[in-house]
Amino acid sequence: MPLFYTFHFYLFGIIAVASAIAFVTRKSPVAAALWLVNTMFALAALYVMLDAHFVGVIQVLVYAGAIMVVFLFVVMLLNLGQASDLADMRSRRGRLVAGALGVALAAQLLTMLRARVPALPPESRVPVNAVAPVAENLFTDNLLAFEITSILLLVAIVGAVVLAKPGGAREDASVVAGGVAGGVRRGREAGA
Amino acid sequence: MIAESLFFSSILFVIGVIGVLTRRNAIIVFMCVELMLNAVNLSFVAFSKMHGAAGQTFVVFVMTVAAAEAAVGLAIIIAVFRHRQTVNLDRLDLLKG
Amino acid sequence: MLLQEAAAAGPHPLAGTSAEWIWLVLALPLVGAVINGVLALITEWHPGPFDPDPIHTGEHAVVPSPTLVERAERTTPRLMTVIEGHRPYGQVGPGDHGDHHDRGDEAGSHAPPARHPFLPLVSIVGTGVVLGAFGVAVMAFLAMLRTHPEAPFILRYWNWMTAGSLRIEYALQLDQLSMLMTLVITGVGALIHVFSVGYMRDDAGYARYFAGLNLFVFFMLVLVLAANYPLMFIGWEGVGLCSYLLISFWFTEKANADAGKKAFIVNRIGDAGFLIAMFLMFWNFRSLDFGPVNQAVAALPVGSAVVTAAALFLFLGCVGKSAQIPLYVWLPDAMAGPTPVSALIHAATMVTAGVYLVARTGTLFAAAPAASLTVVVVGALTAVFAASIGLKQWDIKKVLAYSTVSQLGYMFVAVGAGAYVAGIFHLVTHAFFKALLFLGAGAVIHAMHHAYHATGRDDDAQDMRNMGGLRRHMPVTFATMWAATLAIAGIIPFAGFFSKDEILGATFAQARGSLLARSTWLGIPGSVVLYAAYALLVVGAFMTAVYMTRMMLYTFHGPNRTGDAERPHLREVPLVMLLPLVVLGVLSVVGGWLNVPPLLGALGPVGLLDRWLHPVVEAPAAALAAGRAAASHGLELTLVGAAVLVAAAGIALAAARLRPARLVPKVQAAADPPGIERALAHAYYVDDAYDTAVVEPALFTSKNVLYRGLDVGIIDRVFVIGVGWILPRTLGRIGASLQTGRVGSYAWVLVLGALFVLGAFTLR
Repeated sequence: MPLFYTFHFYLFGIIAVASAIAFVTRKSPVAAALWLVNTMFALAALYVMLDAHFVGVIQVLVYAGAIMVVFLFVVMLLNLGQASDLADMRSRRGRLVAGALGVALAAQLLTMLRARVPALPPESRVPVNAVAPVAENLFTDNLLAFEITSILLLVAIVGAVVLAKPGGAREDASVVAGGVAGGVRRGREAGA
Repeated sequence: MIAESLFFSSILFVIGVIGVLTRRNAIIVFMCVELMLNAVNLSFVAFSKMHGAAGQTFVVFVMTVAAAEAAVGLAIIIAVFRHRQTVNLDRLDLLKG
Repeated sequence: MLLQEAAAAGPHPLAGTSAEWIWLVLALPLVGAVINGVLALITEWHPGPFDPDPIHTGEHAVVPSPTLVERAERTTPRLMTVIEGHRPYGQVGPGDHGDHHDRGDEAGSHAPPARHPFLPLVSIVGTGVVLGAFGVAVMAFLAMLRTHPEAPFILRYWNWMTAGSLRIEYALQLDQLSMLMTLVITGVGALIHVFSVGYMRDDAGYARYFAGLNLFVFFMLVLVLAANYPLMFIGWEGVGLCSYLLISFWFTEKANADAGKKAFIVNRIGDAGFLIAMFLMFWNFRSLDFGPVNQAVAALPVGSAVVTAAALFLFLGCVGKSAQIPLYVWLPDAMAGPTPVSALIHAATMVTAGVYLVARTGTLFAAAPAASLTVVVVGALTAVFAASIGLKQWDIKKVLAYSTVSQLGYMFVAVGAGAYVAGIFHLVTHAFFKALLFLGAGAVIHAMHHAYHATGRDDDAQDMRNMGGLRRHMPVTFATMWAATLAIAGIIPFAGFFSKDEILGATFAQARGSLLARSTWLGIPGSVVLYAAYALLVVGAFMTAVYMTRMMLYTFHGPNRTGDAERPHLREVPLVMLLPLVVLGVLSVVGGWLNVPPLLGALGPVGLLDRWLHPVVEAPAAALAAGRAAASHGLELTLVGAAVLVAAAGIALAAARLRPARLVPKVQAAADPPGIERALAHAYYVDDAYDTAVVEPALFTSKNVLYRGLDVGIIDRVFVIGVGWILPRTLGRIGASLQTGRVGSYAWVLVLGALFVLGAFTLR
């Protein structure tokens, strides 16, 4: 592998790890979220370097762009932006034990890795056009899962709306469902 | 590259675990879970380089599910915050036996 | 040829004769026991603590609370009217006494005593079964006389247990020895049952008494008719049980209950020896039947350790059961039971089980001269020891009890010295005259009780100081008792003379160069032991004559000390009690003809018993006697003459020196003077020594170590409270602490779990 590639691979990897560490150790939720976004950017770069261009773009669009934004919205909504005056992190003893557990876990994972992972074959099997194979796999072999995932998203939206309503979750979910159905009808009319 | 990817994936995963164990703020714990999911995504992508596009397909699914889960989870956190005025996990112990 | 070698040549001569019905001899008393037991349970069924006489006011009585008595009297009448439809037993009037106690008397009354409602039925069943058993035994005996079998007739009924190479069956063995014992047990037993009908007539526990007595006869017959050691052990233990039940018959007085306990516990010590002997025999000979064991013993050299050990442990059982030193202490206390019980169990049958055992296992003892000499030593010492105590006892039954212990010593010297026929002969004659003595004492006590009841006095009816001059009031009893006394003293031609003389003669003869005399006992030559035993037995014979004459003098001769008010009420006992006395009296006179020695052949048929028991005991007797010098005519005559002279001298001395007129009634009597007299009166303080050395430490250990330390401290604290209370609470607390309801702690557990699972993969 050319040096340029290797160097950048390691660079983005280290950025990801460093950002993750920074994320975990911030007191302020906003700062933590932003460090997590950074981690995701680095991961997107890694995906691209691994010839998963589509996934890399999706990572930025969906994860960094949507999910983390939602997180930040919630933080702002609940006014948790400041570093909390409550003790947010566990005691020193708790942190040490957690660290020990983490080290143990890492050791086990790495041991398993070392035993099993073969080297990269000389030619990667992913063709140069990185989107088509994904699309082909997604819409033929995993079509059912794809459709179900879309329903899952629908359910998630409904659920999120119902749960987060000011009056509580008890209130008419039917009203919400009616609203959603109306929107679907309008879309069909528009499309037909 | 795959070995290195997996290495990074493991490290990120462990950092996420440490974060879940260490932090008490519910939102931050949630974000650590997202970090763990990302680490797993990385390993999927790495393996897809070896075995074809199915890995990336799975990454798409993981992201989708993560999105749904994030939406619902945050909604729950908002609802809980309305009632208990806190997102400190140690205070949310109504299931204490 | 050894009798016990199964002569496999053709069927046994007794097969097909009436001897096949010998099982009936066992079945009849058992049926009687069951019937009487059921009758006893029906009448004595009360709720609450049972007191046969709720009104008893003696010193140590257990009196139930008034509410319980009330409840009993309320329930029992209903039950009794249902069963009988007439005046129920439970309702006794005030001052009624339902039973006689041999220890003191309760406050007198003038009302007639309450009788058991089933008295006629129980009497018929109780005595009938034993008489029937005697009849069957006689038929079998006649069959044996006809056919002269040489080998034992073994009847196998069914298999008890088979475990590996061990096979134990319910099997009866009928040979000359067991036939003789059966006749004695059923015959003398039947007479005593008849006597009991009269003696126990006024007792509320009549049915229970006969149930126990029948059960005893059953177990004793199992003991003598068994064909193997375990079955004999069943009988051995069973007679111990019945002895306990009957000694503590009037158990509401603590002393009686204690006596029963003492008998049973001391017996158990001996039984442990019996068991160990059985273990040894099985371990080494792989069988527990008499025949195979004898064969195996015959194959071993004389004096081998195994046989000696087995014989000694068997003898330990005999020491317990037959009241030799050091386990004789229960027999004097056993006089707390009704007098017929003392006659049957503690004179004629149970205590002779030990002698029977040594005779039955003669092969073992003959092959272990050291063990035989041990038997001789113990027997001789016991004979003299007990006789000396009997010299100073005031209770008439105690005199007879120590006399029994002493006479058992004689029997053991005989069987120890290899003179098995002599020992069994003395067993038979002793059964006759000792049963007679006890029954006569029972008649005397009965008469005394009657007199005390009539005048309402509360005094010791058994103390000789309260008696005196009874020959004028009870002539038949007087005559029969003197017959028994002369027999036990050994005056020719009464029964005891022949048997006792044979023992003395055999011991002396055995000391002259026989195999036994040439063996050693703890370094002492056997001849020295045997001569010393002979000397001790002669001394014992002298003392026997003295104390028996003393007893007769104080009881029947001289002035009467019972009291002026009571004297008119002293009368002879009813016929039902006199009949057995007379029969036994006749037997005490003629019983000696069972085995007339050749020296006195002019008197009658010589050696009947010798010839009868020949097939059974000849081999071991000959083995022990091998090589002894023949006794000359003159020597034998001298020995016989010496024995009679000693006995006569004893009687004369007692008659001359003892003055019944000098006696005063018990309540006025002074304490014994200190020194040897008091020691004898207190039986050398042996009971007190046992108390201090054995009983108190055992009770202390039980209460403090085992109860407080082990039971309460360890088992209750650690296991019950600890496991039942502390452990669940602790585990529960740990379990509850995991249920925090917080997501954070659940995450910890999750990660730990994941670590464990991954660990299974990485650490493989």
